[in-house]
Amino acid sequence: MFKLTDEQIERYSRQIILPEIGGKGQEKLLKAKVLIIGCGGLGSPCAFYLVAAGIGKIGLIDSDNVELNNLQRQILHSTRTVGIPKVESAKDILSNINPNIDIVVHKLRLTSENILSIIRNYDVIIDGSDNFPTRYLVNDACVLLKKPLIHAGILRFDGQATTIIPYKSPCYRCLFPAPPPPGTVPSCQEAGILGVVAGTLGLIQATEALKYILSVGELLIGKLLIFNALEMSFRTLKIQRDKKCPICGNKPTIKKLIDYEEFCQLRKNKT
Amino acid sequence: MAIKVRIPTPLQKLTDKKAEVKCSGKTVIELIAILDKKYPGIKERLCDEKGNIRRFINIFVNEQDIRFLKGKNSKLKDGDDVSIIPAIAGG
Ligand SMILES: [Zn+2]
Repeated sequence: MFKLTDEQIERYSRQIILPEIGGKGQEKLLKAKVLIIGCGGLGSPCAFYLVAAGIGKIGLIDSDNVELNNLQRQILHSTRTVGIPKVESAKDILSNINPNIDIVVHKLRLTSENILSIIRNYDVIIDGSDNFPTRYLVNDACVLLKKPLIHAGILRFDGQATTIIPYKSPCYRCLFPAPPPPGTVPSCQEAGILGVVAGTLGLIQATEALKYILSVGELLIGKLLIFNALEMSFRTLKIQRDKKCPICGNKPTIKKLIDYEEFCQLRKNKT
Repeated sequence: MAIKVRIPTPLQKLTDKKAEVKCSGKTVIELIAILDKKYPGIKERLCDEKGNIRRFINIFVNEQDIRFLKGKNSKLKDGDDVSIIPAIAGG
């Protein structure tokens, strides 16, 4: 057990006074390691609040550079950082907010080859990626390593979120056994996204991560949260583990990571 | 008999931009067939060639996933609330 410094007690005082957190909870946060996959619309708000709350180590993964069309929702980045790697832009602003946090940047695209060695080092994984191959890859890797995965997806005015505790709650494949064929579900680039929808869902992910680390409250376990900004509605639907799930079911057929681009039919077979 | 069906944004093109429509049917698959008469093309978006619900779409009846009820043959009654939830990947 380490002792909180005077600076830490002052910095985190407004959450330390919450009986659910206290000094003990703050120590849990300071010892926690959270990986945020994607420094985009979901990852941005999530990273801000986790850094501010004092998560000890935060990993950031993104292979892209900041573009002007990102700034409408990806609030980690600014006009000044257009053109530089998103992870650098993110680290710059986050270290200003809380210089005590160990921020580890991974400027890369997650693949079946590199993902396991990265997520192994973290306690909680947050999926803020923007494509189906990465989402299935992250799900499978988290199930194989039994890492809690906080999922959210967004499009237009809609958002979905669930918390996946492998073998306890349904995984992404239990929920969506197969990805949509290319072209059937539009992306944010094609169909648009309102920035605040990304913000809302990114903060739901941050909230779930904090609750998981603190062991307080009820997580979105076995529940799919459905948000619609136009109706301003939040609904929770019940979801279940699928006994026939190819990765977390009774007789799993996926025992190691596969080729996710092929699985999502993004790479055509050579003819 | 009226059943409330919530239409996800990508399918609202087919329902005159309506997010919610009233429909009928004794089972989910029957409801989809009736829905398709009113809004042609919607069945093809929800079901594959064999008439099974597509695997990236979830249908919930009163907040319960039909895959854990009786699938497409899950029974419906007056006042039920049907939600169609496709996978979305944006981030
Ligand atoms: Zn599963």
